Amino acid sequence: MNQALPKLTVKDYASDQEVRWCPGCGDYAILKTIQKLMPTFDQPKENQVFISGIGCSSRFPYYMNTFGFHTIHGRAPAVATGVKLANPELDVWVITGDGDGFSIGGNHMLHVLRRNVDLQILLFNNEIYGLTKGQYSPTSPPGTRSPSSPTGSIDFPLAPCVVAIGSGGTFIARTIDTQAKHLGAVVTRGHEHRGTSFIEILQNCPIYNDGIFNQVTDKKIAADFKVELVQGEPIVFGKEREWGIRLNHDSLNLEVVDATSDDVLIHDETNKVLATLLATMKGPDLPVAVGVIYSEEKPSYVDDSQQQLISIRKAKGSMTELLHSGHTWEVE
Amino acid sequence: MELAEENLGEHHLDEKEVVDVVVRFAGDSGDGMQLTGNNFTEATALYGNDLSTFPDFPAEIRAPVGATFGVSAFQIYFGANDVTTAGDALDVLVVMNPAALITNLDNLVDGGLLIVDSGAFTAKNLTKAKYQVNPLEDGSLDKFRVLEIDITKQVLAAVAEFNLGHKTGVRSKNMWTLGLVLWLFDRDRAGTIESLKTKFASKPEIASANIAALNAGHAYGETAELPAGIHVYKVPKAKVSPGTYRNITGTNALAWGLIAGSELANIELLFASYPITPASNLLHELVHHRDFDINTFQAEDEIAAVCAAIGASFAGSLGVTSSAGPGIALKSEGIALACATELPLVVVNTQRGGPSTGLPTKTEQSDLNMALHGRHGDTPMPVIASSTPTDCFEVAIEAVRLATKYMTPVMLLSDGYLANAAEPWKIPDFSEFEPFPVEHYTKSEDFKPSIRNEETLARVWAKPGTPGLEHRIGGIERSFDTGDISYDPANHQKMTDLRQAKIAGIANDIPLQEVCLGNKTGKLAVVGWGSTFGAIHQAVKRARTEGLDVSHIQVRYLSPLPRNLEELLKSFDSILVPEMNTGQFVRLIRSEYLIDAEALNKVAGQPFKIGEILAAIHAKIATLGSNS
Repeated sequence: MNQALPKLTVKDYASDQEVRWCPGCGDYAILKTIQKLMPTFDQPKENQVFISGIGCSSRFPYYMNTFGFHTIHGRAPAVATGVKLANPELDVWVITGDGDGFSIGGNHMLHVLRRNVDLQILLFNNEIYGLTKGQYSPTSPPGTRSPSSPTGSIDFPLAPCVVAIGSGGTFIARTIDTQAKHLGAVVTRGHEHRGTSFIEILQNCPIYNDGIFNQVTDKKIAADFKVELVQGEPIVFGKEREWGIRLNHDSLNLEVVDATSDDVLIHDETNKVLATLLATMKGPDLPVAVGVIYSEEKPSYVDDSQQQLISIRKAKGSMTELLHSGHTWEVE
Repeated sequence: MELAEENLGEHHLDEKEVVDVVVRFAGDSGDGMQLTGNNFTEATALYGNDLSTFPDFPAEIRAPVGATFGVSAFQIYFGANDVTTAGDALDVLVVMNPAALITNLDNLVDGGLLIVDSGAFTAKNLTKAKYQVNPLEDGSLDKFRVLEIDITKQVLAAVAEFNLGHKTGVRSKNMWTLGLVLWLFDRDRAGTIESLKTKFASKPEIASANIAALNAGHAYGETAELPAGIHVYKVPKAKVSPGTYRNITGTNALAWGLIAGSELANIELLFASYPITPASNLLHELVHHRDFDINTFQAEDEIAAVCAAIGASFAGSLGVTSSAGPGIALKSEGIALACATELPLVVVNTQRGGPSTGLPTKTEQSDLNMALHGRHGDTPMPVIASSTPTDCFEVAIEAVRLATKYMTPVMLLSDGYLANAAEPWKIPDFSEFEPFPVEHYTKSEDFKPSIRNEETLARVWAKPGTPGLEHRIGGIERSFDTGDISYDPANHQKMTDLRQAKIAGIANDIPLQEVCLGNKTGKLAVVGWGSTFGAIHQAVKRARTEGLDVSHIQVRYLSPLPRNLEELLKSFDSILVPEMNTGQFVRLIRSEYLIDAEALNKVAGQPFKIGEILAAIHAKIATLGSNS
């Protein structure tokens, strides 16, 4: 497309709908960042499509002045796959949450990642069911007290980024709702990636799970509890960047060492084993990794489907020829 | 009405010329009976008989050799008159082992021809079939004409020159048998020889062995001293209208109908489905035709399949999904989303025996209630059914037309019998089909996603990628005026009424119900839908030959019903509704029209026999008396 596109601004991406999340919800911050980010992609707005399932996060498309489809619980990756197959030119975004994406919709998440359909998945992880009023979710820590687990939940949680890597995901990243700059940079990287980009956004629910991510969001302590991954840079953290991460060669686990130690790991986002270890890191012993954890170039499902179609359709089908194909006979 | 059966009193091979014949090939699922049947079908079609076939195979892919539950059969009914079912009783039964004999013998008429591979009647196979005594030796088959041949031995001799070894050589048994049956009915071997050459193009020695076996079986018929009364039978050619013909199964006709629909609508079609018996063949067929504007997607599950189809429709293609009953149940939330968002969607249900896994390879019509009512909320959608294998072509086109014109999901009901059965088809002239091109909305001025066609009530189809039409849709109730989310009570009433009115209005856009055989008024109408067509048609034809005042009505449009159906049904003294379920359509008729329609139900995994419907007609007419 050679025509110059009209310059769009954040205002062009706000729909006329009143935003109805609870005051103080992390979703507001994510919405604002994404609305600001969209014009930077320099794409025709009519080609951008937001698709969601059910839950608080899944109201997101209503507030974006793009094409949007608020579908059914857990199925957004399947709907999005159909959209992308029908029109590969579209820039497709899936908005989901920890319950939508990994409980009721776990199967579709697994398969969209495995197929590497070219789209972005933003998983708003608040470790709780918000819209149904506070039940524990598949990412809630054991012991979570909720309306459906008054004596403490006894489910073991899953780690979305680890499952995403295990499913064959080709772009795995983690970021935080209120950290606009980091969120914007990670999402931009994800948007550039050809294939499924899986981005877990740690998102605060001020009503049912307030402060669950305080360790990584509270400026006073966050530096000690999270590590920002940068490709090719040593994996170090702490207020003074005094800690580093290294591989314990005996246990094959990661551990914290002095940043000056000569075996501090260098981040290599193409290393799947390292990515899996980094995605697994959590307190109290290890910091939570944010940034691009894993990135891999791999054929995308829709590209391959298109390639097959282009090759097959070199000779266009004829209905009359089809009807007369195989054995036929004449009756006079 | 109680299910009973009448003997139809056919010719049963007493003469050298017979009007029609029913042949059934039965053997182990590894014996190649379906291939044998298909080749015999081709040869019979080329000969010029009308025909109908019924493949009947087990759910197990390779059951233990010789087991009764592993018996695979292929039945063909062919004759000089119009043939619309695979036949009731068998005139010829070919069995490749004791299990095939014990499971099929009940259907062979007295005096019928039984061709037996005696080489397979070993002590081991007899035990597996639970025979205490060899039936070939105890006189229990005396009422049939038995042709006992050690086919295994004959085949090994015929293929000896190819040095294939025992195991591979024996696999040509089916072709030897086919050769014999082709001789029996004076059919040409050329088509089978050609197809063997194609099938085994990369293994010429296997092709040659099979052809040698085929020829040897044929030569055996010509030269061996056969028992008295077994000779070549002539079945006169059927009187059919001139044209070019082909055989086609319901599955292929349906697949081609979807392609035709996509061509006529001038729209891309995404077929998204998940493998399930007996619906998978639709995916297998369509994937070969992506040279048309068709793409296929094997989804991770039934729900993903319907959702991907809906996604494709949102993006401006036509999404089509397909399954059998259990899979359709899983899709129902998605179907309701298509209804709520008013997106086109075609859902094909190839019905099978239920509930649950039920009888996956057997046929039934028990998903009608689900098609009509099986969704949460007030969620109306058109439901149409195909009645014969070839009818699947037109019904598929009609499903595409209704879905795209009315922006609605459409349920197309087929079943396991229609899917696998084949019949000759006079190839239609595709240029005579009326196109119905889809128009996506493009005007950005004053655009709202709630704009609708005043006549059809269909919402606009505004696809992503169209400048100025950015909008949001979803499962939450939307305002009639703006298309935005609305929780307003009056609006929900209005939208619910609108959804009902839109589907009800389709009744004005479908043909009036016709009587397919008989008068438009009279004593008795036999009313069917779906694959019962063939058996009802033959039964009504026979009853009318006897002078009975009976008509046949077959309903394609099950929701909305044709607008003249009530008046038509009320012009008969009584109504009989045969169905392969416990009475789902008859209840619909009774509740819609307050008509005292009577049910005739069969839920055995097998299609109705002509004699069963004829018996019900006789019983019904008897209760009506001569003066009414």
